[in-house]
Amino acid sequence: MNIYVLMKRTFDTEEKIQIDGGRIEEEGAEFIINPYDEYAIEEAIQLRDEHGGEVTVVTIGEEESEKQLRTALAMGADKAVLINTEDDLEEGDQFTTVKILEAFFEDKEADLILAGNVAIDEASGQVGPRLAERLNFACATTITSISVDGDKAQIERDVEGDVEKIETSLPLLVTCQQGLNEPRYPSLPGIMKAKKKPLEELELDDLDLEEDDVEAKTKTIEIYLPPEKEAGKVLEGEVDDQVKELVSLLQNEAKVL
Amino acid sequence: MSRKVLVIGEVREGALRNVSFEAIAAAKTMSDGGEIVGVLCGSDDLTNMGKELIYYGADRVVTVQSDQLASYTSEGYSQALMAVIDDESPEGIVMGHTAIGKDVTPKLASKIETGLISDAVNIEETGDNIVFTRPIYSGKAFEKKIITDGLIFATIRPNNIKALDRDEGRSGEVTAKEVDIKDLRTVIKDVIRKSTEGVDLSEANVIIAGGRGVKSEDGFKPLEELAEVLGGAVGASRGACDAEYCDYSLQIGQTGKVVTPDLYIACGISGAIQHLAGMSNSKVIVAINKDPEANIFNVADYGIVGDLFDVVPKLTEEIKQIKVNA
Ligand SMILES: Cc1cc2nc3c(=O)[nH]c(=O)nc-3n(C[C@H](O)[C@H](O)[C@H](O)COP(=O)(O)OP(=O)(O)OC[C@H]3O[C@@H](n4cnc5c(N)ncnc54)[C@H](O)[C@@H]3O)c2cc1C
Ligand SMILES: Cc1cc2nc3c(=O)[nH]c(=O)nc-3n(C[C@H](O)[C@H](O)[C@H](O)COP(=O)(O)OP(=O)(O)OC[C@H]3O[C@@H](n4cnc5c(N)ncnc54)[C@H](O)[C@@H]3O)c2cc1C
Repeated sequence: MNIYVLMKRTFDTEEKIQIDGGRIEEEGAEFIINPYDEYAIEEAIQLRDEHGGEVTVVTIGEEESEKQLRTALAMGADKAVLINTEDDLEEGDQFTTVKILEAFFEDKEADLILAGNVAIDEASGQVGPRLAERLNFACATTITSISVDGDKAQIERDVEGDVEKIETSLPLLVTCQQGLNEPRYPSLPGIMKAKKKPLEELELDDLDLEEDDVEAKTKTIEIYLPPEKEAGKVLEGEVDDQVKELVSLLQNEAKVL
Repeated sequence: MSRKVLVIGEVREGALRNVSFEAIAAAKTMSDGGEIVGVLCGSDDLTNMGKELIYYGADRVVTVQSDQLASYTSEGYSQALMAVIDDESPEGIVMGHTAIGKDVTPKLASKIETGLISDAVNIEETGDNIVFTRPIYSGKAFEKKIITDGLIFATIRPNNIKALDRDEGRSGEVTAKEVDIKDLRTVIKDVIRKSTEGVDLSEANVIIAGGRGVKSEDGFKPLEELAEVLGGAVGASRGACDAEYCDYSLQIGQTGKVVTPDLYIACGISGAIQHLAGMSNSKVIVAINKDPEANIFNVADYGIVGDLFDVVPKLTEEIKQIKVNA
């Protein structure tokens, strides 16, 4: 099977967030593989081990994204592709990202593309279904189970807590939800091997794209932190008194009762 | 500049979701006096629901009825909605950021090669622009965004934009459109329903949520009793779901439901970032946890450090008291 994984390098949102000059301050921040993309990588590796074929991890980003691609290779992916837009583009949005991915996939004859359900930083959840539409692939979002047999796939989806069982066909794009699997940690031999695995770097030019083709359709005009919340009131005294005080506060101060 | 705006309505358990009415209010801001057209898809007669959209502010409604639309499928609904979009040539589209909204709107936006702003919690008109506010970085920051090219397309987070008042005096046309839905590649084999009948967590005004600290399925009982007296719903953390104390349909957070109630009471929940992503926008947050260092206290307006099995029943009693006295 010819399997691809879409991976985004994201800001670790466990970290404290600061804004500098209207942008999220990235200096010194921790960057990780988007957690939902880890499920995608793990599932891709398992499917390859079962059916044969190859797993290629693709990311659009900058030089720094190599680190996360190497981690994916160390987990067991076969190849990595970095589409580096650093020199060509200043701005971009989901339209941009998908336009680039569409051009990349044009001649790839992918059977299966796995993406994350959502990126934890910008969190639009658009990239997967948008790309499926451009490639005219069948699409299943928020999957928690997948098995492939020939050109058919049996899938379980998480739909607001309900489990939906569907049958669909390849070529297919899925987006991965928590619960799909337990992503492995890269092993030491895996890390050694990853250093020698192919990591291809492409630019817009290599995909026959001009800046204008991928111009964003949306624009961020402001980024801000929510107003610093006053430290919450932690109540004191005997439990009975705390409960009485809480009810009184909810009634008279917060006015929600 | 007035715009014609489509509002994609959504039916759940035989009734329109509240977020569909909120989407009409959003459309009002987007339309600047232009026409608001509701759209409904399904397999039953949708005329009465169409009227309901009109009572909440739509000018007219288009329905697409087909056996192929009995349950939501990505392809079936995209075909139906694309047919309506082609017919109407709207200048704006808005829908709830629900499981269906998240699945179908990117496909539509991609097909018509337009921008899409997902999960907006506020919409305002400033000058010529419609400005959308949305949470980013797991709710730790916000961005304001505009569409710079093509039609204005957005999904809205439930319970953030206030619906207009219902007015049965309003009238408008509900017309049916025939769409030939074909070549579906995906079939639904089965749906295992887990959702508790009736309550739609994303629309609840009061939520009592339990975490691993609840310790067992039975441990949820006091929370249910508190929810009952407050007319609220019960939710949970991933921790409680994974431990099988409750069903995954109750899960709140990044992977579960995103909620914005007026009152959120977190019981025995530590406050992991993935949980906060689903509830930190709540208007008032109360934390009950025996660990004073628990992160949940950092987002709480009021906190009680204590054993939830002691605190929650007392809270229920106290609230019962004030309800009796009122
Ligand atoms: C040239 C360019 C410039 C940009 N400039 C800015 C900027 O200035 N400010 C800003 O905030 N954002 C910028 N972006 C990022 C962009 O706005 C979105 O973050 C991106 O389109 C993904 O959307 P999302 O984060 O909502 O991901 P979602 O749609 O939530 O992600 C879902 C899944 O899609 C896949 N995916 C998402 N992004 C990528 C990726 N980059 N590569 C491979 N797979 C991916 C992953 O599988 C992910 O789990 C830029 C993007 C590009 C291409
Ligand atoms: C990709 C990803 C996505 C995730 N998505 C979600 C999500 O959508 N939603 C979500 O909730 N989590 C999510 N998680 C999991 C999250 O990281 C936490 O593991 C989870 O939220 C912890 O649940 P908890 O607070 O119930 O449990 P714990 O962290 O174990 O906390 C239990 C708390 O109960 C308190 N306690 C114990 N006994 C009592 C008592 N008798 N009285 C009062 N307090 C008591 C303890 O002090 C403790 O603070 C996700 C994780 C990942 C990696």
